[in-house]
Amino acid sequence: MRARLYRLNWVDVVLNTFRIVIIVAVIVGAFNTITSGKYTGDQWVSLIMSGLAQGSIYALIALGYTLVYGILLMINFAHGEVFMAGAYTAYFLATYSARKGWLESQPLLTILSWILLAALVSMGVAVLLERVAYRPLRGAPRLVPLITAIGASFFLQYTFKGLYGSAFRTYPEVAALKGSVEMGGAQIPVVQIFVFLAAVVLMVGLYWIVEKTKRGKAMRAVSENKEVARLMGIDIDKVIVFTFMLGGALAGAAGVINGLYRPQGVNFFMGFFPGIKAFTAAVLGGIGNVPGAFLGGILLGVIESLGPNLVLDGLGIPAANQLKDVIAFTMLVLVLIFRPQGILGERLAEKRA
Amino acid sequence: MSDNILEVKQLVKRFGGLVAVDHLDYELPRGSICSIIGPNGAGKTSFFNCLTGFYSIDEGDVIFDVYSLKGLEPFQVTRLGIARTFQNIRLFGNMTAIENIMVGQEPHLHSSWIGTILGTPGTRREEQMVEEEARRLLRFVGLRGKGDMLAKNLPYGDQRRLEIGRALASKPKLLLLDEPTAGMNPAETLQTTQFIQRLRDELGITILLIEHDMKVVMGISEKVTVLDYGKKLAEGTPEEIQNDPRVIEAYLGRGAAQMMAEAA
Amino acid sequence: MHENRTLDWRPLLRAGLLAGIVPLYTAAIGMVEVFNAREVVQGLLTLGEMLVIFPSLVVGYLVALGLRRSGSNPLVTLASALIAGFIAALPVTLLVLINAAIPLRGMFVSVTPKLIEILLFEQEQMLTGLALLIGALTLAGGLGGLAAFIPDRFRRALIVSLVVVILSGLLSEFIKQILQQFISRSLLKQIVKGKSLTSQAAAAIFVVTYLVSLFWSTKGQDVKSWYAGLPAAQQRQSRRVWRGILGIFLLLLPWIMGPYLSEVIDNVGLYVIMGLGLNIAVGWAGLLDLGYVTNFAVGAYITGVLISTGPLGIGARLGIDPLNFWMIIPIAILAAMFTGFVFALPVLRMRGDYLAIATLGFGEIIRLLALSDWLKPYIGGAQGILFISKPDLPGLAELLPLADWAPGFVELAQKKGVLSGLLKLLFYGEFSGPQELYYVILAGALLVLFVALRLNNSRTGRQWMAMREDEDAASAVGIDITLTKVLAFTVSAASGGLAGAIFASKVGTIFPNSFSLLVSINVLSLIIIGGMGSIPGIVVGALALIGLPELLREFSEFRLLLYGALLVVMMLVRPEGLWPSPVIRREMAAVEEESEEPPPTDKGTPETPQALHSLWEPTD
Ligand SMILES: Nc1ncnc2c1ncn2[C@@H]1O[C@H](COP(=O)(O)OP(=O)(O)OP(=O)(O)O)[C@@H](O)[C@H]1O
Ligand SMILES: [Mg+2]
Repeated sequence: MRARLYRLNWVDVVLNTFRIVIIVAVIVGAFNTITSGKYTGDQWVSLIMSGLAQGSIYALIALGYTLVYGILLMINFAHGEVFMAGAYTAYFLATYSARKGWLESQPLLTILSWILLAALVSMGVAVLLERVAYRPLRGAPRLVPLITAIGASFFLQYTFKGLYGSAFRTYPEVAALKGSVEMGGAQIPVVQIFVFLAAVVLMVGLYWIVEKTKRGKAMRAVSENKEVARLMGIDIDKVIVFTFMLGGALAGAAGVINGLYRPQGVNFFMGFFPGIKAFTAAVLGGIGNVPGAFLGGILLGVIESLGPNLVLDGLGIPAANQLKDVIAFTMLVLVLIFRPQGILGERLAEKRA
Repeated sequence: MSDNILEVKQLVKRFGGLVAVDHLDYELPRGSICSIIGPNGAGKTSFFNCLTGFYSIDEGDVIFDVYSLKGLEPFQVTRLGIARTFQNIRLFGNMTAIENIMVGQEPHLHSSWIGTILGTPGTRREEQMVEEEARRLLRFVGLRGKGDMLAKNLPYGDQRRLEIGRALASKPKLLLLDEPTAGMNPAETLQTTQFIQRLRDELGITILLIEHDMKVVMGISEKVTVLDYGKKLAEGTPEEIQNDPRVIEAYLGRGAAQMMAEAA
Repeated sequence: MHENRTLDWRPLLRAGLLAGIVPLYTAAIGMVEVFNAREVVQGLLTLGEMLVIFPSLVVGYLVALGLRRSGSNPLVTLASALIAGFIAALPVTLLVLINAAIPLRGMFVSVTPKLIEILLFEQEQMLTGLALLIGALTLAGGLGGLAAFIPDRFRRALIVSLVVVILSGLLSEFIKQILQQFISRSLLKQIVKGKSLTSQAAAAIFVVTYLVSLFWSTKGQDVKSWYAGLPAAQQRQSRRVWRGILGIFLLLLPWIMGPYLSEVIDNVGLYVIMGLGLNIAVGWAGLLDLGYVTNFAVGAYITGVLISTGPLGIGARLGIDPLNFWMIIPIAILAAMFTGFVFALPVLRMRGDYLAIATLGFGEIIRLLALSDWLKPYIGGAQGILFISKPDLPGLAELLPLADWAPGFVELAQKKGVLSGLLKLLFYGEFSGPQELYYVILAGALLVLFVALRLNNSRTGRQWMAMREDEDAASAVGIDITLTKVLAFTVSAASGGLAGAIFASKVGTIFPNSFSLLVSINVLSLIIIGGMGSIPGIVVGALALIGLPELLREFSEFRLLLYGALLVVMMLVRPEGLWPSPVIRREMAAVEEESEEPPPTDKGTPETPQALHSLWEPTD
């Protein structure tokens, strides 16, 4: 005699229903918008382009999450603040150099100097963070460093509020990046192209470092297996510090690039939302995966840019652009539910018992 | 109802390309003590994990009593009457020893959170009984007086015992022990062996254990099964297994087996 | 062992510079200047100056203590302390000098002329000022060093009484608020002047606490053992008396404290309610929920919509009579529980850290939706919901013809004073101000406390904790992880809803911006800093994290900075929190009662067959 215990897993049922509702809403919304013909092709192109630009900034920040996660398996929740530190500090150099006229005479060099400064500051903050807040907690239960990171995030925000004040600042205008070029009938601002290209260059540079240099190889070895790497004579601490430096430098650079793209809103709080969105991007691409972070960033930028007009508008939601951030956060939750391993990540192995 | 409490049919568990358990057939007679041995990575723990719902079963089936265990979650398996311990002890470290055992009685509890908040008589009675039972079990596994210590602060041997106590608290019909004497000294090992024997003799619990210590295995098992690369290599009484050249070979490599054969 | 006579420079430099970072940092972020507005002891010491000087004192003390322990020569020890104090002065000196050369204010907004003035002790001449600054810090180092030479007992008393003086100095405004209801103005002026303690009051407090703590350190053990020696019945009775006193104190609290402080206590109470709720998810079940504000918002908005008399209330929109506050409470709780349940579903399968981020996402989604024009017709968008009524009850005066029976009583209730406020509340039943609302909050907090205590020590509580400790092992003992998680989120949400309902009715108007991530972070911080999973820890945490910053408005500017720093420091040095949860003793009592049985055998030999068989007696 034999009996079977069948059990319909109700959580699966709920989640799948949820998934279907979302998919239907997206399809209906997009269909309505497109058939209504409210937006022209040019408008879509320029939405996509601005999504690409914004996305490449997310991507640069996301790299920091991914690098640290790859090695320490921890979410550096304060990474958004690392970005803010560089962006905010470089703002002062930016206004100074604009006032001195250097920006007019030597735009490229001047912007490079901003990026350099921002990268250095962010790097310093990231390294300090690692040394003070994370290193003593290696090996603690997973949630402990996360709580520390949340604490550090607020600490950094309000430290910079104290240092630089709480006013909203604006990056100077860069004449060289004004204007736009025509692409497929749409006018694409030069600055968007610049942002995208700059991000690609930095990304390729990072890829080269991780894949080809000795340090990068050590990093990959540590992320494969710390114990084995240690036995091979790799100094784990050094590798970790180097990882934070790389992530910090990219975040700082992203800070300046962000300032060029969206000059307003330089403030102590400016890192928080980009930080969470970049984390979303990192998970979306597959956390721990370098090309994944880039892909995820771009994808998130585009979705966030298209979403309100394409989907929400079509669903009859007024003032859909207010809900841009809702789209990003919804993406975050959806990815965490349905594909925590991300696009390029592999399925996580079954837990060992 | 058959005489076998557990019947495993053509069980397969894969991890990517690796086949951890490979078309395994296994029968466990009711009321027996049986052992599984095998070199490191042979798939013994994976086998346990498949039985207890920790790993999903890729192919084949497991019948416990009359129930198929395929697709069940660990807590359902436990509620059917299979309890287990872990190879690397997994207690609730920041709970006291007695609380660990109280949690272990989970499959037999009925009180709900609403009843708890309202303080219904049934809930109170149950709580009292759970506590008494836990005290009794503590004594039973030899931890009397250590009940208020946090589990993580107990010495190693006590932790192993507490884990068995926690498993017993669910009043299992079948107890799966994953290397219960690992890390114990000879005296402790002997005690544990006797203890296991008595669990069966006096409580009638069927016991299946994974063990590396041959003395333990040979001393108490009625049937020994050797796994290698997820497959059943040999099965029989302890004497049969001890003299099986294939087993020696699996453990020590081919050359060693030949040497032993030549020496014999 | 030979005496160490030489100075060891490297550790001194490190310690000194580490201590020097504190004045530099606090000056650069503006803390020194803001805190300078608060005098601790009148005309003697401001909080800002303390930030500059104290690190030197501490580093001098620590350096000297370390050297004394390792058996160094007293002179070397003292010199080291002085040097450490001196080194600690260097970073901030450098700040002053650099600022003199290149004004830093364009970038570092807090480096104001006022700050420099404070750092230079109000000296006109920079050099004299600097000399004073360096001199003061060096001296402080030396003083700290001297403290290391005081015998243990006296030193502890000294530290305790210093801390008490500083604390009472900080809280002097609060002390004043309380005292002014009881003592005459002229006497009050002798104790507190402006916002600080007078020097004679500070001295008196110092002497008294010094003597008390000295007495306690010598005789405290005796008192404790005397108490332990009392018969159990007497102990129980004295505990009952204490509880009674505490009860009366809690009942009279708002009238002792006055309206302003009652407001503070109300806020603390609301956070205690939320803390106890979130603790179920975070402290017991181990689910790091960063979106707790969702439940608070749902409770508040439900309340707003259902009892507002404004245009968004159901009265205006549907023509139904607005509900009354007491009916709202269960509705708000159930609504929050439902939200908790719904938001639990998507995160059930997530790993701990992803769960934290996802819940944070939920909180933000809710806030953004509340802000949006889309939902504006229903919940008011950025303008929020107005005209939310306060709770009221039929008072005695309405129920009974009191005015006829005892006009004197009614008159008394109109007067000012500790008891008349309470009487007025009893007679008219209007919870109009913070002092009256306190009772609603107290009742809510007690209710939640009761539920939390019941659950803590129960099957459900143990399921949560087992899940927190090890999910796999928990499911191996038969716990349905899915249900247990959902239940934790659902029950935890309930008190968020309760707090939200009370909050909405208390403030009368709610905006989306009252429901930002910061609420979640506040609640989380107070749980973690108080002691995760610990019920008394939550009360302590709420008092320290919510109460203190409201009492000291200077602090509130740096509130999140301090929370952040505290979270990090706590995780690094004391992850169990200020007041960790006690271990519940279940076995010892029972073992003592049956002490005629043989003592525990350490051998682990299975015991008598009776014990074995008793195991299998049916339990139900
Ligand atoms: N969750 C998992 N993911 C991937 N591979 C796994 C997993 N669990 C086990 N394996 C692999 O399956 C094989 C069998 O492992 P298992 O733990 O069952 O061996 P074992 O017989 O218990 O060994 P030991 O004596 O060391 O305990 C090993 O190669 C192991 O690496
Ligand atoms: Mg194993």
